[in-house]
Amino acid sequence: MWTRAALKCDLGGAYRRGDLVVEFQNVGLRYGVGPEVLRDISFRLEAGDFRFLTGASGAGKSSLIRLMYLAFRPTRGLVTLFGHDLLTLPRRNLPALRRRIGVVFQDFRLLDHLSAFDNVALPLRVAGVPEPKVKSNTEELLAWVGLSERVGARPATLSGGEKQRVAIARAVIAKPDLLLADEPTGNLDDKAGVRLLRLLEELNRQGTTVVIATHNEPLVSRFDHERLHIEDGELHVVRREPPAAPVPAPRPSAPSEAEAEPPPALLAARS
Amino acid sequence: MTRRVIALPLARDPSSRFIPWIVGFMVYLAALVLAVAMAVANAGSAWREGLDGTLTVQVLPRGGEDSKGLDARIEAVLGILRAERGVSRVELLTQDKVASLLEPWLGEGASLTDLPLPRLIDVTLSDAGVDLDALARHVTESVPGTSVDSHGVWLRQLTAFARAIELTAVTVVGLISIAAIAVVVFATRSGLAVHREAIEILHLIGARDAFIAREFQFQALALAFKGGLIGFALAALTLAALYFFATRIDTALVPDLALHWTQLAALLILPLAAAVIGMETARRTVMAALGRLI
Repeated sequence: MWTRAALKCDLGGAYRRGDLVVEFQNVGLRYGVGPEVLRDISFRLEAGDFRFLTGASGAGKSSLIRLMYLAFRPTRGLVTLFGHDLLTLPRRNLPALRRRIGVVFQDFRLLDHLSAFDNVALPLRVAGVPEPKVKSNTEELLAWVGLSERVGARPATLSGGEKQRVAIARAVIAKPDLLLADEPTGNLDDKAGVRLLRLLEELNRQGTTVVIATHNEPLVSRFDHERLHIEDGELHVVRREPPAAPVPAPRPSAPSEAEAEPPPALLAARS
Repeated sequence: MTRRVIALPLARDPSSRFIPWIVGFMVYLAALVLAVAMAVANAGSAWREGLDGTLTVQVLPRGGEDSKGLDARIEAVLGILRAERGVSRVELLTQDKVASLLEPWLGEGASLTDLPLPRLIDVTLSDAGVDLDALARHVTESVPGTSVDSHGVWLRQLTAFARAIELTAVTVVGLISIAAIAVVVFATRSGLAVHREAIEILHLIGARDAFIAREFQFQALALAFKGGLIGFALAALTLAALYFFATRIDTALVPDLALHWTQLAALLILPLAAAVIGMETARRTVMAALGRLI
């Protein structure tokens, strides 16, 4: 049976609110022989946390996100994911860890030769989920993001917003414990941006730890979540502030109506 | 059952077009080299079977000797041979038979009456344990002007030649295999570079190295097998054409080069070997490259 626990292989158990998901201790990162782009980064995220990662362009947000989705190892310091120290974790165990992390990449990074359906289904197929389950869950997710009519479309024929929704569906279909989004509102107007963040909040309420990197300060200020702020490669924790203005409920136009409640495929194992 | 995901569009790569032809060319060369080696081995064993357990005694005409003297020496030799244990058959070849043996060199209708041709005695041994050296010594010492040819030297040279051909064939096939491996490594690395972005995505969403390698190895298997079949088909056509022309040459100088059907079937291993080598090479290349990622 396809459950969240089944996807975790040998590297996890059911995560409960408050369990440690990510911990950085004095982490530094440099590319090649260049200067350090991240310095002495220390923070921790627990299951169920929702954080904005803010900072100016080039401050190091994407680098920090990449460290979290295991694109590379830090130059120094200690990174712990789901209780596993990355320095000592054997390489063969990293794929199972990656399957517990959903990523919405800044530039979507959809596979051009695959349809919207196959792009969304990819994490399940990579995890060896049986095909009937892949089909039903993928169709459900595509309906949820309002792309039921575009299942066979290739990324080249999708609009920017549609690509983004495919990217989000792909990031969440395997019901990750940690969802990382790098500038997910970059190509959206304010209204669509708010709608997307509401959707991610809803996933967070189901237990997913969410980190959203963005430089859109006005948008962030409309939400009541703690911030990790990066400036010149150094991290500062900014405590939550009350929202600047009440955030309107999502409009009932697609995909917002569907977004208001995650589909059963995402709710199945959340308890 | 899980459907195999075509996660990487490898079929569209340029290597998909040239790999079958390069592998086909290599299998073609390997098949021809092996066929030649097998044909030489066939001819060698046919000659060996024909000559093993036989020897030829020559009674050479001597200056000033009349036919009676020659006949007397021949009778003496025949007597010695017939008395020898282990000799099952002794046959004096007629002059006509000698003439027919020489026909390929001298041409049809050549007059042999004026030539001082040796008389040949064909001897068949029944017992492989016969001491050929002792027998030869006995004949040549008892009857002057005779020589005994046990074909040993010729057979040894023939065997050495056949072995040299076999060794050359194995070396050439080995070199062809190395070249084929190099081509697959190059094509796979090129595929890794072309699809770097997609591979990175697969890697980051949790695909194991073996999952990504499978994409490449299935592709390499299919392309190399296709190329192998092309090469085998072309080699079969070439061998058939060569055999056709060889059988039309009406001379005893060209040995029988026909291959047995089991040998032709053995050549069918080449496309399979090409497919397996291609697959394994691609797998190892991808696994080595991915092993450098975290």
